[in-house]
Amino acid sequence: MSSIAELRNITKNFDGIRALDDVNLKIQEGEILALLGPNGSGKTTLLKILAFIEKPSKGEVYFAGRKATDKNLLQMRMESTMVFQKTMLFNTTVYNNVAYGLKMRKAPKNKVDEEVSKALGLVKLDGFENRHTKKLSGGEQQRVALARALALNTKLLLLDEPTANLDPKTVSIIEEVMATANRKLKTTVVMATHNMFQAKNLPHRIALVKDGKISEVGTSTEIFRNLSKTLASFAALENTFNGTAKATENGITSVDIGNDVLIETTAQQSGTVSVFVSPEDIILSKKRFDSSARNIFKGKIVEILDLGSLVRLKVDVGKPFTVQITKRSFNQMELNLETEVFLTFKASSVQII
Amino acid sequence: MGIWEGLIKALQLIFSGDPRIIEITLRSLFVSGSATIIATLWGIPIALILGLKNFRGKFLVKTLSNSLIGIPTVALGFFLFLIFSREKGPLGFLGLLYTPTAIIIGEAILVLPIVVSFATTAIEAVDPEIANLARTLGASESQASFAILREAIDGILLAGIASFNRAIGELGVAVFVGGFIAGVTELLTTGIKLEIDSNNIDVAIALAIILFTVVFGINLALNLIQRRRK
Repeated sequence: MSSIAELRNITKNFDGIRALDDVNLKIQEGEILALLGPNGSGKTTLLKILAFIEKPSKGEVYFAGRKATDKNLLQMRMESTMVFQKTMLFNTTVYNNVAYGLKMRKAPKNKVDEEVSKALGLVKLDGFENRHTKKLSGGEQQRVALARALALNTKLLLLDEPTANLDPKTVSIIEEVMATANRKLKTTVVMATHNMFQAKNLPHRIALVKDGKISEVGTSTEIFRNLSKTLASFAALENTFNGTAKATENGITSVDIGNDVLIETTAQQSGTVSVFVSPEDIILSKKRFDSSARNIFKGKIVEILDLGSLVRLKVDVGKPFTVQITKRSFNQMELNLETEVFLTFKASSVQII
Repeated sequence: MGIWEGLIKALQLIFSGDPRIIEITLRSLFVSGSATIIATLWGIPIALILGLKNFRGKFLVKTLSNSLIGIPTVALGFFLFLIFSREKGPLGFLGLLYTPTAIIIGEAILVLPIVVSFATTAIEAVDPEIANLARTLGASESQASFAILREAIDGILLAGIASFNRAIGELGVAVFVGGFIAGVTELLTTGIKLEIDSNNIDVAIALAIILFTVVFGINLALNLIQRRRK
């Protein structure tokens, strides 16, 4: 496999703060590569440099064997496009948004129409052309942003946290589109994520990013095999905890993640492990309720993040858990900071990574 | 003449299509419209630089521009009169004093700070990442700037409306550099002043009604356009 893009000794400083520190990375043609790391580790800056919209302070970027310079910048940008984490749309119709890049490429009108409708079909927004983007839901808006990138059929597609803060239905559509674009259109995909589970399942390779450096690159099997060493510092990742696993009765494994928090899982493993619980799998209640779920924790809400139709809460049960609920439930339950709540999830929802 | 009597005569003048009143109205629209367009053409690039770039002295330029919004028209008019004065003014040789061109230049200078301040605020309110978005979709630097302008279009339209209102309603500049030359530089505002001085209250009222109607009508039309865009 040949490399489509390559970063050589890339350093990027912002007002004296080092965002990237001597990064070397080869992106193989046709692969899905995940940049896995906590927020603020430099993933977005890395993507922006690959999109040629941020210039490195030091180092060189190669694309399809050619070195990027000021002169060929515009040409390079045509080959690679980025979808931002924060949904960015022009204040106009869906059609005008998706058509924007095609118009920049001076595509004829019938070609633009055709590509727009094809891209909207991919993200399951058929017939949305004349809708105004302001009137769409958050998930639909992010799909328009993705369609706008897909319509360009670039060699490289860069996605910054493409599914963060979205509802599960949108997440599955976006993940499916990513896989389809990669398989059918042969698009090389680089995605930044801080979701371990996504990094484990979707990409061919993973690059671990921390403090502006790439600490390791490998297949997901390689990366996760040695997790105690490489992932120990990734505790900042959402709902990912390091702990010690011990087998208990009836095929249940108990994982001590510290601060007297014991998580039960159906996965069989012992020793040092990292566990992950998807925020969507956790039920939040004001009272403890009887159920078959093995994990019930009492805690306090310490952070509230409004995502439109969804609300993301951080609940401290001794360890911080992120939970996602609908705005409606949030309002009905009259939740607020410091509210005491219970978190319930099944042992089978706990993944050992 | 009483106000009611004046009002009735004024309406008669307007609806009879008095050629002088039509001429004054059209000239006013042309002069203020031209001034607004010129100020916009100068002002938008300045606003783009102020809104998007960081440089030393930016704060000072913005403060200056904001304070010049309220510049007294009489002071500016007098100052321009001295500059355009045919005998001693540094630009007297151009022979612009008492021409519509002089009024257009004067009003363009008058409303430039309005365009710059309003448009800068509108541009600063646009998410700066819009430029990066345009770039990653293949836009050149100038196309990326244009994308930001398009996002700021409501604020820029507002800048245009406010500038036009200020230009069409001002008297100081028009009197000093335009004078009251019938058929050449007479505008709605200077016309009102002249007719009051000549005790033709009905004509003055007619011109005032037209001035009101023009300002209101143009604002209404632009607001309707803006509403339809949403």
